[in-house]
Amino acid sequence: MVDAMSTRIFIPRDVAALAVGADQVARAVEAQAAALGVAVTIVRTGSRGLFWLEPMVEVETPLGRIAYGPVQAGDVAALFAAGWLTGATHPLRVGRPEDHPFLARQTRLTFARCGIVDPLSVEDYKAAGGYRGLAKAIEAGGAATVEAVTKSGLRGRGGAGFPTGIKWKTVRDAVADQKYIVCNADEGDSGTFADRMILEGDPFCLIEGMTIAGLAVGATRGYIYSRSEYPHANATMRAALDIARAAGLLGRDILGSGLEFHLELRVGAGAYVCGEETALLESLEGKRGVVRAKPPLPALKGLFGRPTVVNNLLSLATIPVIMDLGAQYYADFGMGRSRGTMPIQLAGNVLHGGLFETAFGLTLGEIVMEVGGGTASRRPVRAVQAGGPLGAYLPPSQFDTPYDYEAFAARDALIGHGGLVVFDDTVDMAHMARFAMEFCAEESCGKCTPCRIGSTRGAEVVDRILAGRDVAANIALLEDLCNTMKFGSLCALGGFTPYPVLSAIRHFPEDFHTRNSPGRPLPAAAE
Amino acid sequence: MPILHALQETFGHVPQDAIPLLAEALNLSRADVHGIVSFYHDFKEAPGGRHVVKLCRAEACQSMGGHALAEGLLHRLGLDWGGTTGDGQVTIEPVYCLGLCACAPAALIDGRPLGRLNRERLDAAVNEARNDWSTP
Repeated sequence: MVDAMSTRIFIPRDVAALAVGADQVARAVEAQAAALGVAVTIVRTGSRGLFWLEPMVEVETPLGRIAYGPVQAGDVAALFAAGWLTGATHPLRVGRPEDHPFLARQTRLTFARCGIVDPLSVEDYKAAGGYRGLAKAIEAGGAATVEAVTKSGLRGRGGAGFPTGIKWKTVRDAVADQKYIVCNADEGDSGTFADRMILEGDPFCLIEGMTIAGLAVGATRGYIYSRSEYPHANATMRAALDIARAAGLLGRDILGSGLEFHLELRVGAGAYVCGEETALLESLEGKRGVVRAKPPLPALKGLFGRPTVVNNLLSLATIPVIMDLGAQYYADFGMGRSRGTMPIQLAGNVLHGGLFETAFGLTLGEIVMEVGGGTASRRPVRAVQAGGPLGAYLPPSQFDTPYDYEAFAARDALIGHGGLVVFDDTVDMAHMARFAMEFCAEESCGKCTPCRIGSTRGAEVVDRILAGRDVAANIALLEDLCNTMKFGSLCALGGFTPYPVLSAIRHFPEDFHTRNSPGRPLPAAAE
Repeated sequence: MPILHALQETFGHVPQDAIPLLAEALNLSRADVHGIVSFYHDFKEAPGGRHVVKLCRAEACQSMGGHALAEGLLHRLGLDWGGTTGDGQVTIEPVYCLGLCACAPAALIDGRPLGRLNRERLDAAVNEARNDWSTP
């Protein structure tokens, strides 16, 4: 039991906080409290997603939880001396996290609990609204649950933006002896970390969402496909699965309802292409992660040839709140055909990097300049890559684009998994175009020629441009090659690699056309 | 895949001798098993150094100078990507995104995450690994 006189101190165990010293801070807090003879209880949480303030420590005081950050182990003695246990002033004091503009401006539905609760406490999860969604889904039944998800307007958060409810209905209507729910947690895009934050900070939310999906479509088995690059997330998720099984939240007869759902975690082995749903299914079956031709759709012939829901982690983790608060509640957020909220991830060279969940509709400029505060280097923003390594580079002249699936598509850009990577004016866009091709060559599964060969030839063409050889002719060749890849590739890896390349050429031609002297000066400012 | 992960974790690579055993046990051909091992970046056919430094090469880390940081370290150690120092102590591997993109540039050294790296912090961490911290 927690001592009533003991002050609770919340320290993230999110890997991004660990990477900047959270464990050292936790040890220092423990040691200093012991030295002072003060009773404290350290609770390890996920991250609130204000990464520039990590490690962000929160102290439970009569004023509520008061945050301090970024705290280093060396600051701990001074924080105790200043009286942080009562929320006292200190240069590192952030105040109530909810009042911080970065959080106050957000609408946290999917991430309502992340960074607040102990991720491995079922009691915390239930106290914060957990398992109300499943209870309502059990009461409503499968058909009504699919109907609710359709009505909520939720679209696939992995990148393609396909309506989740329609996918579920296809699987529900399919007849088979076994169906599966597969969670795509192969979050390989640079600039994204939302899946990881849920795995580390609110794993029961995903378990509940997948259980509801199982109930809705009649699937009794599920798999979470995560990445080997996320060892900490996988450890937390494994522990959460064990706890859920022991608590009767997974297995046969969940919550005494007769519902059966078994869930396992599988880990990839460093192949980006396995984030593509059919390659992911091959990998889950223990094979090389080679893309399958579609049709047949995975909804009809998926894992082991059975009807399978393959959803992104963020889609599945949003299901509990939709079932709990209602489809209409969720659909009331957003704009156009982009309903609800999107967990946007601000990363790279940005002053206030982190997780920003908001209704669709803010402009790109508001997100990058107002929320993100511009670059961390304090130089002008030159480009923002939206939607991972296969996403377009957007210049500040397109900052009026609303954050919406259709508005981005109209500008040849992608929302993807919600990542935004900010670059300052020292970036060389021809180099970034080459990197996109090189990455595609490295990660291509090899099944289709445009992607396998095109990416390697593409990198060579950019090299010739970089060397200043026949620049105009080589740019034309590169554009032609990009078209072939875009329309001839089997999946998004080869098909979308042209986005970063073509957008770099279109919006930053000066980086391609003026390559003759190696000592080329950096551009003076953003356009 | 879970079997291959276990082998990789235990031996630091997937030994050639294991392939016929796996093929036999799983009723696959040796070529099938070899195909799977060679497809995934994580499964190595030969052992690496005692300490593995995974440096992120992806865009978010590049935006914060990750490219120069990585090239600098490789240059100082006289290595290419995937190379191991002559004393067999340190292998430098590329990784594409550790999900630490808001704390870039980032690395994972023997499973220990590091963010907001600069040359001094990275060198210190690599040296510390070399001088043997207890591998987690």
